[in-house]
Amino acid sequence: MTTITVPVLAKGRPMGLVRHSLALARRSLIKTLRTPEQLLDVTLQPIIFIAIFVYLLGGAITGSRTTYLQFLLPALLVQTVMFASVATGASLNTDVKKGVFDRFRSLPISRAAPLIGSVVGDLVRFVVSIVVMLGFGAAIGFRIKTSPLEVLAACLLVMLFAFCLSWIWVLFGVLMREPGAVQGVAFMAMFPLTFGTNMLVPTDTLPGWLQAWVKINPVADVMAAARGLMNGGPVASPVLTTIAWSLGILAVFAPLAVAAYRRKA
Amino acid sequence: MDYAFQAEGLVKRFGSTTALDGVDLAARPGSVLGVLGPNGAGKTTSVRILATLLRPDAGRAVVGGFDAVHKPHEVRRRIGLTGQYASVDEDLTGTQNLVLIGQLLDLPKREARHRAHELLHQFDLAEAAGRPVRTYSGGMRRRLDLAASLVGRPNVIFLDEPTTGLDPVKRDDVWHMIRGLTAEGVTVLLTTQYLEEADALADEISVIDHGRVIAHGTSSDLKRVVGGQTVVVRPTDAGRMDEVRAILSAVAGRAAERPGPGVLSVPVDGDAAFTAVVRRLDDAGIGVTELALRLPSLDEVFFALTHPSSQAAKAAEKVLA
Repeated sequence: MTTITVPVLAKGRPMGLVRHSLALARRSLIKTLRTPEQLLDVTLQPIIFIAIFVYLLGGAITGSRTTYLQFLLPALLVQTVMFASVATGASLNTDVKKGVFDRFRSLPISRAAPLIGSVVGDLVRFVVSIVVMLGFGAAIGFRIKTSPLEVLAACLLVMLFAFCLSWIWVLFGVLMREPGAVQGVAFMAMFPLTFGTNMLVPTDTLPGWLQAWVKINPVADVMAAARGLMNGGPVASPVLTTIAWSLGILAVFAPLAVAAYRRKA
Repeated sequence: MDYAFQAEGLVKRFGSTTALDGVDLAARPGSVLGVLGPNGAGKTTSVRILATLLRPDAGRAVVGGFDAVHKPHEVRRRIGLTGQYASVDEDLTGTQNLVLIGQLLDLPKREARHRAHELLHQFDLAEAAGRPVRTYSGGMRRRLDLAASLVGRPNVIFLDEPTTGLDPVKRDDVWHMIRGLTAEGVTVLLTTQYLEEADALADEISVIDHGRVIAHGTSSDLKRVVGGQTVVVRPTDAGRMDEVRAILSAVAGRAAERPGPGVLSVPVDGDAAFTAVVRRLDDAGIGVTELALRLPSLDEVFFALTHPSSQAAKAAEKVLA
Protein backbone atom coordinates (compact mmCIF):
# COMPACT_ATOMS: atom_id res chain seq x y z
CA MET A 1 0.00 0.00 0.00
CA THR A 2 2.94 2.34 0.46
CA THR A 3 3.14 3.19 -3.21
CA ILE A 4 -0.54 4.01 -3.61
CA THR A 5 -0.94 7.77 -3.62
CA VAL A 6 -4.23 9.34 -2.73
CA PRO A 7 -6.03 10.67 -5.81
CA VAL A 8 -6.61 14.38 -6.08
CA LEU A 9 -10.36 13.92 -5.96
CA ALA A 10 -12.11 15.98 -3.34
CA LYS A 11 -13.60 13.44 -1.00
CA GLY A 12 -17.28 13.23 -0.26
CA ARG A 13 -18.53 16.71 -1.05
CA PRO A 14 -22.11 16.90 0.18
CA MET A 15 -25.10 16.63 -2.18
CA GLY A 16 -23.11 14.40 -4.50
CA LEU A 17 -26.18 12.72 -5.94
CA VAL A 18 -27.84 16.03 -6.75
CA ARG A 19 -24.76 17.51 -8.39
CA HIS A 20 -23.95 14.36 -10.37
CA SER A 21 -27.55 14.02 -11.54
CA LEU A 22 -27.64 17.64 -12.66
CA ALA A 23 -24.34 17.28 -14.51
CA LEU A 24 -25.78 14.24 -16.29
CA ALA A 25 -29.08 16.02 -16.94
CA ARG A 26 -27.07 18.74 -18.64
CA ARG A 27 -25.44 16.09 -20.81
CA SER A 28 -28.84 14.77 -21.78
CA LEU A 29 -29.99 18.32 -22.57
CA ILE A 30 -26.98 19.01 -24.77
CA LYS A 31 -27.68 15.78 -26.64
CA THR A 32 -31.30 16.75 -27.22
CA LEU A 33 -30.39 20.22 -28.45
CA ARG A 34 -27.74 18.84 -30.77
CA THR A 35 -30.19 16.45 -32.40
CA PRO A 36 -33.37 18.54 -32.64
CA GLU A 37 -35.04 15.88 -34.79
CA GLN A 38 -35.51 14.03 -31.49
CA LEU A 39 -38.03 16.71 -30.65
CA LEU A 40 -40.34 15.92 -33.57
CA ASP A 41 -42.63 13.85 -31.38
CA VAL A 42 -43.16 16.80 -29.07
CA THR A 43 -43.40 19.51 -31.71
CA LEU A 44 -44.91 18.45 -34.99
CA GLN A 45 -46.82 15.45 -33.72
CA PRO A 46 -49.03 17.30 -31.20
CA ILE A 47 -49.88 19.87 -33.85
CA ILE A 48 -50.98 17.12 -36.19
CA PHE A 49 -53.05 15.51 -33.42
CA ILE A 50 -54.79 18.78 -32.59
CA ALA A 51 -55.52 19.36 -36.25
CA ILE A 52 -56.88 15.86 -36.81
CA PHE A 53 -59.12 15.79 -33.76
CA VAL A 54 -60.36 19.37 -34.02
CA TYR A 55 -60.95 19.64 -37.75
CA LEU A 56 -61.87 16.05 -38.46
CA LEU A 57 -63.98 15.20 -35.40
CA GLY A 58 -64.69 18.50 -33.71
CA GLY A 59 -67.60 19.51 -35.88
CA ALA A 60 -69.29 16.13 -35.56
CA ILE A 61 -68.80 15.83 -31.82
CA THR A 62 -69.79 19.25 -30.52
CA GLY A 63 -70.99 21.08 -33.59
CA SER A 64 -68.40 23.79 -32.97
CA ARG A 65 -64.69 23.44 -33.56
CA THR A 66 -63.85 26.16 -31.03
CA THR A 67 -65.90 24.51 -28.30
CA TYR A 68 -64.29 21.19 -29.07
CA LEU A 69 -60.77 22.67 -29.04
CA GLN A 70 -61.48 24.13 -25.62
CA PHE A 71 -62.67 20.69 -24.42
CA LEU A 72 -59.90 18.70 -26.09
CA LEU A 73 -56.69 20.67 -25.60
CA PRO A 74 -56.10 20.27 -21.84
CA ALA A 75 -56.67 16.52 -22.11
CA LEU A 76 -54.61 16.15 -25.27
CA LEU A 77 -51.83 17.98 -23.46
CA VAL A 78 -51.82 15.20 -20.87
CA GLN A 79 -51.69 12.53 -23.57
CA THR A 80 -48.88 14.24 -25.47
CA VAL A 81 -46.69 14.71 -22.43
CA MET A 82 -47.33 11.12 -21.36
CA PHE A 83 -46.25 9.84 -24.77
CA ALA A 84 -43.23 12.11 -24.62
CA SER A 85 -42.18 10.38 -21.40
CA VAL A 86 -41.76 7.05 -23.21
CA ALA A 87 -38.76 8.33 -25.16
CA THR A 88 -36.76 8.56 -21.94
CA GLY A 89 -36.92 4.83 -21.48
CA ALA A 90 -36.15 4.06 -25.11
CA SER A 91 -33.17 6.41 -25.33
CA LEU A 92 -31.87 5.18 -21.99
CA ASN A 93 -31.98 1.66 -23.35
CA THR A 94 -29.77 2.75 -26.27
CA ASP A 95 -27.49 4.66 -23.95
CA VAL A 96 -26.98 1.87 -21.45
CA LYS A 97 -25.67 -0.39 -24.19
CA LYS A 98 -23.13 2.15 -25.30
CA GLY A 99 -19.72 2.51 -23.77
CA VAL A 100 -20.60 5.82 -22.13
CA PHE A 101 -22.64 4.12 -19.46
CA ASP A 102 -19.77 1.74 -18.77
CA ARG A 103 -17.71 4.79 -18.07
CA PHE A 104 -20.38 6.16 -15.72
CA ARG A 105 -20.47 2.83 -13.97
CA SER A 106 -16.72 2.88 -13.44
CA LEU A 107 -16.92 6.30 -11.78
CA PRO A 108 -17.41 6.79 -8.03
CA ILE A 109 -20.95 8.15 -8.39
CA SER A 110 -24.30 6.84 -7.24
CA ARG A 111 -25.92 4.30 -9.53
CA ALA A 112 -29.06 6.41 -9.45
CA ALA A 113 -27.33 9.48 -10.90
CA PRO A 114 -27.28 8.48 -14.60
CA LEU A 115 -30.95 7.49 -14.43
CA ILE A 116 -32.05 10.65 -12.64
CA GLY A 117 -29.95 12.67 -15.07
CA SER A 118 -31.76 11.15 -18.06
CA VAL A 119 -35.23 11.69 -16.62
CA VAL A 120 -34.54 15.25 -15.46
CA GLY A 121 -32.82 16.14 -18.73
CA ASP A 122 -35.88 15.00 -20.64
CA LEU A 123 -38.12 17.42 -18.75
CA VAL A 124 -37.21 19.85 -21.49
CA ARG A 125 -39.19 17.68 -23.89
CA PHE A 126 -42.30 18.14 -21.76
CA VAL A 127 -41.77 21.89 -21.68
CA VAL A 128 -41.36 22.03 -25.45
CA SER A 129 -44.51 20.01 -26.09
CA ILE A 130 -46.58 22.14 -23.69
CA VAL A 131 -45.33 25.38 -25.24
CA VAL A 132 -46.02 24.10 -28.75
CA MET A 133 -49.53 22.91 -27.89
CA LEU A 134 -50.59 26.01 -26.02
CA GLY A 135 -49.07 28.19 -28.75
CA PHE A 136 -50.75 26.36 -31.60
CA GLY A 137 -53.97 26.05 -29.62
CA ALA A 138 -54.03 29.80 -28.97
CA ALA A 139 -53.39 30.47 -32.64
CA ILE A 140 -56.48 28.53 -33.68
CA GLY A 141 -58.76 29.82 -30.97
CA PHE A 142 -58.01 28.21 -27.58
CA ARG A 143 -58.62 30.69 -24.78
CA ILE A 144 -57.68 30.47 -21.12
CA LYS A 145 -60.83 30.60 -19.02
CA THR A 146 -59.07 30.75 -15.68
CA SER A 147 -55.81 32.60 -14.86
CA PRO A 148 -52.23 32.25 -16.12
CA LEU A 149 -51.26 31.00 -12.67
CA GLU A 150 -53.78 28.17 -12.86
CA VAL A 151 -52.61 27.28 -16.34
CA LEU A 152 -49.05 27.16 -15.03
CA ALA A 153 -50.25 24.91 -12.22
CA ALA A 154 -51.91 22.65 -14.80
CA CYS A 155 -48.67 22.43 -16.78
CA LEU A 156 -46.60 21.66 -13.70
CA LEU A 157 -49.10 19.02 -12.59
CA VAL A 158 -49.01 17.32 -15.98
CA MET A 159 -45.22 17.42 -15.96
CA LEU A 160 -45.10 15.95 -12.47
CA PHE A 161 -47.31 13.07 -13.55
CA ALA A 162 -45.24 12.40 -16.69
CA PHE A 163 -41.97 12.70 -14.76
CA CYS A 164 -43.12 10.02 -12.33
CA LEU A 165 -44.48 7.91 -15.16
CA SER A 166 -41.04 8.10 -16.85
CA TRP A 167 -39.65 5.83 -14.17
CA ILE A 168 -41.78 2.96 -15.43
CA TRP A 169 -40.23 3.36 -18.87
CA VAL A 170 -36.78 3.75 -17.30
CA LEU A 171 -37.29 0.40 -15.60
CA PHE A 172 -38.27 -1.13 -18.96
CA GLY A 173 -35.34 0.65 -20.59
CA VAL A 174 -32.92 -0.96 -18.16
CA LEU A 175 -34.50 -4.41 -18.34
CA MET A 176 -35.34 -4.80 -22.02
CA ARG A 177 -32.98 -5.57 -24.84
CA GLU A 178 -34.16 -3.22 -27.57
CA PRO A 179 -35.30 0.38 -27.57
CA GLY A 180 -38.05 -0.66 -29.98
CA ALA A 181 -39.34 -3.19 -27.47
CA VAL A 182 -39.46 -0.54 -24.75
CA GLN A 183 -41.48 1.68 -27.02
CA GLY A 184 -43.77 -1.16 -28.08
CA VAL A 185 -44.63 -2.21 -24.56
CA ALA A 186 -45.01 1.36 -23.40
CA PHE A 187 -47.35 2.30 -26.24
CA MET A 188 -49.44 -0.79 -25.62
CA ALA A 189 -49.99 0.44 -22.07
CA MET A 190 -50.49 4.03 -23.16
CA PHE A 191 -53.38 3.53 -25.56
CA PRO A 192 -55.93 2.22 -23.04
CA LEU A 193 -54.63 4.68 -20.47
CA THR A 194 -54.92 7.79 -22.61
CA PHE A 195 -57.76 6.97 -25.01
CA GLY A 196 -59.71 5.12 -22.32
CA THR A 197 -60.76 8.46 -20.87
CA ASN A 198 -63.08 11.32 -21.66
CA MET A 199 -60.30 12.97 -23.65
CA LEU A 200 -62.19 12.91 -26.94
CA VAL A 201 -65.84 12.53 -25.93
CA PRO A 202 -67.86 12.96 -22.73
CA THR A 203 -67.93 9.87 -20.50
CA ASP A 204 -71.71 9.46 -20.65
CA THR A 205 -71.53 8.67 -24.38
CA LEU A 206 -69.38 5.61 -23.66
CA PRO A 207 -70.68 2.04 -23.15
CA GLY A 208 -71.01 0.94 -19.53
CA TRP A 209 -67.88 -1.17 -19.30
CA LEU A 210 -65.80 1.64 -20.72
CA GLN A 211 -67.36 4.10 -18.30
CA ALA A 212 -66.28 1.79 -15.49
CA TRP A 213 -62.72 1.83 -16.81
CA VAL A 214 -62.71 5.62 -17.12
CA LYS A 215 -63.79 5.86 -13.49
CA ILE A 216 -60.76 3.91 -12.24
CA ASN A 217 -58.27 5.16 -14.84
CA PRO A 218 -55.95 7.66 -13.11
CA VAL A 219 -55.22 9.40 -16.40
CA ALA A 220 -58.86 10.52 -16.47
CA ASP A 221 -58.19 12.32 -13.21
CA VAL A 222 -55.09 14.00 -14.61
CA MET A 223 -57.14 15.17 -17.57
CA ALA A 224 -59.94 16.36 -15.32
CA ALA A 225 -57.43 18.30 -13.26
CA ALA A 226 -55.90 19.91 -16.37
CA ARG A 227 -59.35 20.81 -17.70
CA GLY A 228 -60.41 22.24 -14.39
CA LEU A 229 -57.29 24.38 -14.08
CA MET A 230 -57.54 25.68 -17.65
CA ASN A 231 -61.28 25.83 -18.33
CA GLY A 232 -62.62 26.23 -14.82
CA GLY A 233 -64.61 23.82 -12.67
CA PRO A 234 -63.83 21.75 -9.59
CA VAL A 235 -60.14 20.84 -9.29
CA ALA A 236 -59.37 19.84 -5.70
CA SER A 237 -60.22 16.17 -6.00
CA PRO A 238 -58.61 15.41 -9.40
CA VAL A 239 -55.47 17.41 -8.48
CA LEU A 240 -55.02 15.49 -5.25
CA THR A 241 -55.68 12.19 -6.98
CA THR A 242 -53.10 13.07 -9.64
CA ILE A 243 -50.48 13.99 -7.06
CA ALA A 244 -51.18 10.79 -5.10
CA TRP A 245 -50.85 8.62 -8.22
CA SER A 246 -47.69 10.43 -9.30
CA LEU A 247 -45.93 9.98 -5.99
CA GLY A 248 -47.17 6.40 -5.76
CA ILE A 249 -45.74 5.52 -9.18
CA LEU A 250 -42.47 7.27 -8.33
CA ALA A 251 -42.17 5.51 -4.99
CA VAL A 252 -42.60 2.10 -6.59
CA PHE A 253 -40.79 2.41 -9.91
CA ALA A 254 -37.84 4.70 -9.21
CA PRO A 255 -36.33 2.30 -6.64
CA LEU A 256 -37.09 -0.67 -8.90
CA ALA A 257 -35.37 1.02 -11.86
CA VAL A 258 -32.29 1.89 -9.81
CA ALA A 259 -32.16 -1.63 -8.39
CA ALA A 260 -32.43 -3.15 -11.86
CA TYR A 261 -29.68 -0.88 -13.13
CA ARG A 262 -27.48 -1.68 -10.15
CA ARG A 263 -27.96 -5.39 -10.69
CA LYS A 264 -26.62 -5.07 -14.19
CA ALA A 265 -23.23 -4.03 -12.85
CA MET B 1 4.72 -8.11 -2.23
CA ASP B 2 2.32 -5.21 -2.74
CA TYR B 3 0.37 -5.25 -5.95
CA ALA B 4 -1.40 -2.30 -7.53
CA PHE B 5 -4.13 -4.74 -8.41
CA GLN B 6 -4.59 -8.41 -7.95
CA ALA B 7 -7.14 -10.95 -9.07
CA GLU B 8 -7.21 -14.37 -7.47
CA GLY B 9 -9.12 -17.35 -8.76
CA LEU B 10 -11.72 -15.32 -10.64
CA VAL B 11 -14.62 -17.42 -11.87
CA LYS B 12 -17.43 -15.99 -13.97
CA ARG B 13 -20.22 -17.87 -15.67
CA PHE B 14 -22.77 -16.52 -18.10
CA GLY B 15 -25.54 -19.07 -18.21
CA SER B 16 -23.91 -22.35 -19.12
CA THR B 17 -20.78 -20.67 -20.49
CA THR B 18 -17.80 -20.40 -18.20
CA ALA B 19 -16.06 -17.18 -19.21
CA LEU B 20 -13.48 -17.29 -16.46
CA ASP B 21 -12.33 -20.49 -14.86
CA GLY B 22 -9.98 -19.36 -12.10
CA VAL B 23 -7.99 -16.42 -13.41
CA ASP B 24 -5.10 -14.94 -11.43
CA LEU B 25 -3.64 -11.61 -12.46
CA ALA B 26 -1.41 -9.17 -10.61
CA ALA B 27 0.78 -6.19 -11.35
CA ARG B 28 3.30 -4.26 -9.31
CA PRO B 29 2.75 -0.52 -8.97
CA GLY B 30 4.01 1.39 -11.98
CA SER B 31 4.26 -1.64 -14.23
CA VAL B 32 2.37 -2.73 -17.31
CA LEU B 33 0.69 -6.12 -17.22
CA GLY B 34 -0.12 -7.38 -20.67
CA VAL B 35 -3.08 -9.75 -20.86
CA LEU B 36 -2.84 -11.63 -24.07
CA GLY B 37 -5.38 -13.94 -25.56
CA PRO B 38 -7.64 -14.64 -28.52
CA ASN B 39 -11.20 -13.33 -28.78
CA GLY B 40 -13.44 -14.82 -26.15
CA ALA B 41 -10.56 -15.93 -23.96
CA GLY B 42 -11.84 -13.92 -20.98
CA LYS B 43 -9.74 -10.76 -21.20
CA THR B 44 -12.61 -8.30 -21.17
CA THR B 45 -14.49 -10.19 -18.47
CA SER B 46 -11.41 -10.06 -16.24
CA VAL B 47 -11.04 -6.34 -16.80
CA ARG B 48 -14.71 -5.69 -16.11
CA ILE B 49 -14.48 -7.53 -12.81
CA LEU B 50 -11.39 -5.59 -11.74
CA ALA B 51 -13.09 -2.36 -12.82
CA THR B 52 -16.18 -3.21 -10.67
CA LEU B 53 -18.50 -3.54 -13.66
CA LEU B 54 -19.09 -7.23 -13.07
CA ARG B 55 -19.18 -9.35 -9.95
CA PRO B 56 -17.21 -12.56 -10.01
CA ASP B 57 -18.99 -15.81 -9.12
CA ALA B 58 -15.91 -16.83 -7.16
CA GLY B 59 -12.50 -15.43 -6.44
CA ARG B 60 -11.34 -12.02 -5.34
CA ALA B 61 -10.33 -8.83 -7.11
CA VAL B 62 -8.37 -6.20 -5.17
CA VAL B 63 -7.42 -2.82 -6.59
CA GLY B 64 -5.34 -0.32 -4.64
CA GLY B 65 -5.88 -2.44 -1.54
CA PHE B 66 -9.69 -2.39 -1.85
CA ASP B 67 -11.93 -5.30 -2.68
CA ALA B 68 -13.77 -4.70 -5.95
CA VAL B 69 -16.95 -6.39 -4.69
CA HIS B 70 -17.13 -5.00 -1.17
CA LYS B 71 -15.59 -1.56 -1.68
CA PRO B 72 -16.42 -0.76 -5.31
CA HIS B 73 -16.67 2.96 -4.58
CA GLU B 74 -13.10 3.06 -3.28
CA VAL B 75 -11.90 1.09 -6.29
CA ARG B 76 -13.71 3.44 -8.66
CA ARG B 77 -11.96 6.42 -7.11
CA ARG B 78 -8.62 4.96 -8.14
CA ILE B 79 -9.14 3.53 -11.58
CA GLY B 80 -9.51 4.64 -15.17
CA LEU B 81 -11.15 2.42 -17.77
CA THR B 82 -10.94 2.47 -21.52
CA GLY B 83 -13.09 -0.11 -23.24
CA GLN B 84 -12.79 -1.77 -26.61
CA TYR B 85 -15.17 0.75 -28.09
CA ALA B 86 -14.59 4.39 -27.33
CA SER B 87 -16.80 5.22 -24.36
CA VAL B 88 -17.25 8.89 -24.99
CA ASP B 89 -20.43 10.72 -25.90
CA GLU B 90 -20.85 11.32 -29.62
CA ASP B 91 -23.09 14.34 -29.26
CA LEU B 92 -20.86 16.18 -26.82
CA THR B 93 -17.70 18.03 -27.74
CA GLY B 94 -14.30 16.84 -26.57
CA THR B 95 -14.27 19.49 -23.88
CA GLN B 96 -17.82 18.74 -22.74
CA ASN B 97 -16.99 15.06 -22.42
CA LEU B 98 -13.98 15.67 -20.23
CA VAL B 99 -15.59 18.42 -18.14
CA LEU B 100 -18.57 16.14 -17.47
CA ILE B 101 -16.30 13.43 -16.16
CA GLY B 102 -14.40 15.96 -14.07
CA GLN B 103 -17.68 17.08 -12.52
CA LEU B 104 -18.75 13.52 -11.84
CA LEU B 105 -15.39 13.06 -10.12
CA ASP B 106 -16.25 16.03 -7.89
CA LEU B 107 -13.64 18.35 -9.29
CA PRO B 108 -14.71 21.97 -8.84
CA LYS B 109 -15.96 23.38 -12.14
CA ARG B 110 -12.83 25.47 -12.77
CA GLU B 111 -10.58 22.57 -11.98
CA ALA B 112 -12.63 20.31 -14.27
CA ARG B 113 -12.26 22.80 -17.13
CA HIS B 114 -8.57 23.18 -16.45
CA ARG B 115 -8.01 19.44 -16.41
CA ALA B 116 -10.00 19.00 -19.64
CA HIS B 117 -7.94 21.69 -21.33
CA GLU B 118 -4.70 20.15 -20.11
CA LEU B 119 -5.62 16.65 -21.30
CA LEU B 120 -6.88 17.82 -24.69
CA HIS B 121 -3.53 19.47 -25.25
CA GLN B 122 -1.61 16.48 -24.00
CA PHE B 123 -3.52 14.20 -26.36
CA ASP B 124 -3.21 16.50 -29.31
CA LEU B 125 -6.91 17.25 -29.47
CA ALA B 126 -6.82 20.96 -28.65
CA GLU B 127 -7.95 21.96 -32.12
CA ALA B 128 -10.92 19.59 -32.09
CA ALA B 129 -11.87 20.43 -28.50
CA GLY B 130 -14.98 22.38 -29.46
CA ARG B 131 -16.30 19.91 -32.04
CA PRO B 132 -18.82 17.17 -31.34
CA VAL B 133 -17.11 13.82 -31.04
CA ARG B 134 -19.18 12.42 -33.91
CA THR B 135 -16.91 14.42 -36.23
CA TYR B 136 -13.74 12.81 -34.82
CA SER B 137 -11.73 10.13 -36.59
CA GLY B 138 -11.29 6.72 -34.97
CA GLY B 139 -7.85 7.63 -33.69
CA MET B 140 -9.07 10.87 -32.19
CA ARG B 141 -11.88 9.08 -30.39
CA ARG B 142 -9.47 6.62 -28.87
CA ARG B 143 -7.25 9.43 -27.70
CA LEU B 144 -10.21 11.24 -26.18
CA ASP B 145 -11.32 8.02 -24.58
CA LEU B 146 -7.90 7.55 -23.06
CA ALA B 147 -7.92 11.17 -21.90
CA ALA B 148 -11.35 10.61 -20.35
CA SER B 149 -10.04 7.76 -18.24
CA LEU B 150 -7.24 9.98 -16.94
CA VAL B 151 -9.31 12.94 -15.76
CA GLY B 152 -9.23 11.78 -12.14
CA ARG B 153 -5.51 10.96 -12.22
CA PRO B 154 -6.08 7.27 -11.51
CA ASN B 155 -3.41 5.04 -9.99
CA VAL B 156 -4.51 2.09 -12.05
CA ILE B 157 -5.75 2.18 -15.59
CA PHE B 158 -7.41 -0.62 -17.50
CA LEU B 159 -6.98 -0.51 -21.24
CA ASP B 160 -9.09 -3.09 -22.99
CA GLU B 161 -7.66 -3.56 -26.47
CA PRO B 162 -6.87 0.13 -26.83
CA THR B 163 -5.39 -0.19 -30.30
CA THR B 164 -7.82 -2.60 -31.94
CA GLY B 165 -8.82 -1.16 -35.30
CA LEU B 166 -6.22 1.61 -35.34
CA ASP B 167 -3.75 2.07 -38.16
CA PRO B 168 -0.04 1.64 -37.30
CA VAL B 169 0.64 5.36 -36.88
CA LYS B 170 -2.28 5.85 -34.50
CA ARG B 171 -1.27 2.71 -32.69
CA ASP B 172 2.20 4.11 -32.14
CA ASP B 173 0.58 7.25 -30.68
CA VAL B 174 -1.32 5.14 -28.18
CA TRP B 175 1.81 3.17 -27.31
CA HIS B 176 3.64 6.40 -26.71
CA MET B 177 0.89 7.57 -24.35
CA ILE B 178 0.91 4.31 -22.45
CA ARG B 179 4.65 4.61 -21.91
CA GLY B 180 4.08 8.17 -20.73
CA LEU B 181 1.59 6.91 -18.13
CA THR B 182 3.93 4.38 -16.63
CA ALA B 183 6.62 7.04 -16.46
CA GLU B 184 4.25 8.86 -14.11
CA GLY B 185 3.89 5.79 -11.93
CA VAL B 186 0.48 4.65 -13.17
CA THR B 187 -0.08 0.91 -13.21
CA VAL B 188 -1.54 -0.33 -16.46
CA LEU B 189 -3.46 -3.46 -17.35
CA LEU B 190 -3.41 -3.79 -21.08
CA THR B 191 -5.37 -6.44 -22.91
CA THR B 192 -4.42 -7.13 -26.45
CA GLN B 193 -4.58 -9.67 -29.22
CA TYR B 194 -1.34 -8.34 -30.61
CA LEU B 195 1.77 -10.08 -29.41
CA GLU B 196 3.83 -7.27 -30.76
CA GLU B 197 1.97 -4.87 -28.52
CA ALA B 198 2.48 -6.96 -25.42
CA ASP B 199 6.12 -7.38 -26.36
CA ALA B 200 6.59 -3.64 -26.80
CA LEU B 201 4.75 -2.40 -23.70
CA ALA B 202 4.30 -5.04 -21.04
CA ASP B 203 6.69 -5.67 -18.18
CA GLU B 204 4.96 -8.96 -17.59
CA ILE B 205 2.51 -10.91 -19.69
CA SER B 206 -0.30 -13.25 -18.71
CA VAL B 207 -1.58 -15.39 -21.51
CA ILE B 208 -5.27 -16.25 -21.19
CA ASP B 209 -7.12 -18.88 -23.11
CA HIS B 210 -10.51 -20.48 -22.42
CA GLY B 211 -10.87 -18.52 -19.18
CA ARG B 212 -7.58 -19.62 -17.68
CA VAL B 213 -4.13 -18.12 -17.43
CA ILE B 214 -2.01 -20.60 -19.34
CA ALA B 215 1.30 -18.81 -18.90
CA HIS B 216 2.76 -15.86 -17.09
CA GLY B 217 6.15 -14.20 -17.22
CA THR B 218 8.17 -11.54 -18.94
CA SER B 219 8.22 -11.56 -22.69
CA SER B 220 11.66 -13.20 -22.71
CA ASP B 221 10.58 -15.76 -20.08
CA LEU B 222 7.81 -16.83 -22.40
CA LYS B 223 10.06 -16.95 -25.40
CA ARG B 224 12.68 -18.94 -23.57
CA VAL B 225 10.22 -21.58 -22.52
CA VAL B 226 8.81 -22.30 -25.92
CA GLY B 227 11.37 -23.75 -28.32
CA GLY B 228 14.92 -22.68 -27.60
CA GLN B 229 17.03 -20.08 -29.30
CA THR B 230 18.22 -20.03 -32.88
CA VAL B 231 21.59 -19.00 -34.28
CA VAL B 232 21.33 -17.16 -37.58
CA VAL B 233 24.32 -16.58 -39.85
CA ARG B 234 24.63 -14.73 -43.15
CA PRO B 235 28.15 -15.13 -44.54
CA THR B 236 29.62 -12.22 -46.55
CA ASP B 237 30.84 -14.62 -49.20
CA ALA B 238 27.94 -16.76 -50.42
CA GLY B 239 30.51 -19.21 -51.77
CA ARG B 240 31.34 -20.35 -48.24
CA MET B 241 27.81 -21.46 -47.34
CA ASP B 242 28.84 -25.10 -47.12
CA GLU B 243 31.60 -24.38 -44.64
CA VAL B 244 29.16 -22.37 -42.49
CA ARG B 245 26.62 -25.18 -42.70
CA ALA B 246 29.24 -27.63 -41.49
CA ILE B 247 30.21 -25.44 -38.54
CA LEU B 248 26.59 -24.90 -37.45
CA SER B 249 25.76 -28.59 -37.70
CA ALA B 250 28.85 -29.53 -35.75
CA VAL B 251 28.14 -27.09 -32.90
CA ALA B 252 24.41 -27.68 -32.63
CA GLY B 253 24.53 -31.39 -33.25
CA ARG B 254 21.69 -31.13 -35.81
CA ALA B 255 21.27 -30.11 -39.42
CA ALA B 256 21.23 -26.39 -40.24
CA GLU B 257 18.28 -24.94 -42.14
CA ARG B 258 18.15 -22.37 -44.87
CA PRO B 259 15.31 -19.97 -43.92
CA GLY B 260 16.09 -17.65 -46.83
CA PRO B 261 18.62 -17.05 -49.60
CA GLY B 262 22.15 -16.59 -48.24
CA VAL B 263 21.09 -17.30 -44.64
CA LEU B 264 21.54 -20.37 -42.47
CA SER B 265 20.03 -21.06 -39.08
CA VAL B 266 20.07 -23.79 -36.49
CA PRO B 267 18.25 -24.26 -33.17
CA VAL B 268 20.64 -24.39 -30.21
CA ASP B 269 20.26 -25.36 -26.58
CA GLY B 270 22.13 -22.55 -24.85
CA ASP B 271 24.20 -19.38 -25.22
CA ALA B 272 27.42 -21.39 -25.13
CA ALA B 273 26.65 -22.69 -28.60
CA PHE B 274 26.58 -19.16 -29.92
CA THR B 275 30.07 -18.42 -28.57
CA ALA B 276 31.30 -21.63 -30.13
CA VAL B 277 29.86 -20.66 -33.52
CA VAL B 278 31.52 -17.24 -33.33
CA ARG B 279 34.89 -18.78 -32.43
CA ARG B 280 34.80 -21.35 -35.22
CA LEU B 281 33.73 -18.84 -37.86
CA ASP B 282 36.59 -16.60 -36.75
CA ASP B 283 39.09 -19.51 -36.83
CA ALA B 284 37.97 -20.35 -40.37
CA GLY B 285 38.26 -16.70 -41.41
CA ILE B 286 34.65 -16.52 -42.59
CA GLY B 287 33.25 -12.96 -42.61
CA VAL B 288 29.56 -12.41 -41.80
CA THR B 289 27.09 -9.63 -42.54
CA GLU B 290 24.58 -10.98 -40.04
CA LEU B 291 25.10 -13.06 -36.95
CA ALA B 292 22.39 -13.37 -34.32
CA LEU B 293 21.02 -15.41 -31.46
CA ARG B 294 17.24 -15.18 -31.77
CA LEU B 295 14.40 -15.98 -29.42
CA PRO B 296 11.23 -17.27 -30.99
CA SER B 297 8.69 -14.53 -31.72
CA LEU B 298 5.78 -14.11 -29.33
CA ASP B 299 3.57 -15.28 -32.16
CA GLU B 300 5.27 -18.63 -32.06
CA VAL B 301 5.03 -18.68 -28.27
CA PHE B 302 1.38 -17.84 -28.38
CA PHE B 303 0.62 -20.44 -30.98
CA ALA B 304 2.42 -23.06 -28.95
CA LEU B 305 0.63 -22.07 -25.75
CA THR B 306 -2.88 -21.90 -27.15
CA HIS B 307 -2.62 -25.24 -28.90
CA PRO B 308 -2.53 -27.49 -25.89
CA SER B 309 -1.53 -30.57 -27.84
CA SER B 310 1.87 -29.10 -28.49
CA GLN B 311 4.79 -30.23 -26.38
CA ALA B 312 5.84 -26.66 -25.81
CA ALA B 313 2.57 -25.81 -24.10
CA LYS B 314 3.00 -28.62 -21.64
CA ALA B 315 6.55 -27.51 -20.91
CA ALA B 316 5.38 -23.93 -20.52
CA GLU B 317 2.65 -24.84 -18.07
CA LYS B 318 5.11 -26.71 -15.92
CA VAL B 319 7.58 -23.86 -15.79
CA LEU B 320 5.35 -20.82 -15.72
CA ALA B 321 1.85 -21.47 -14.54
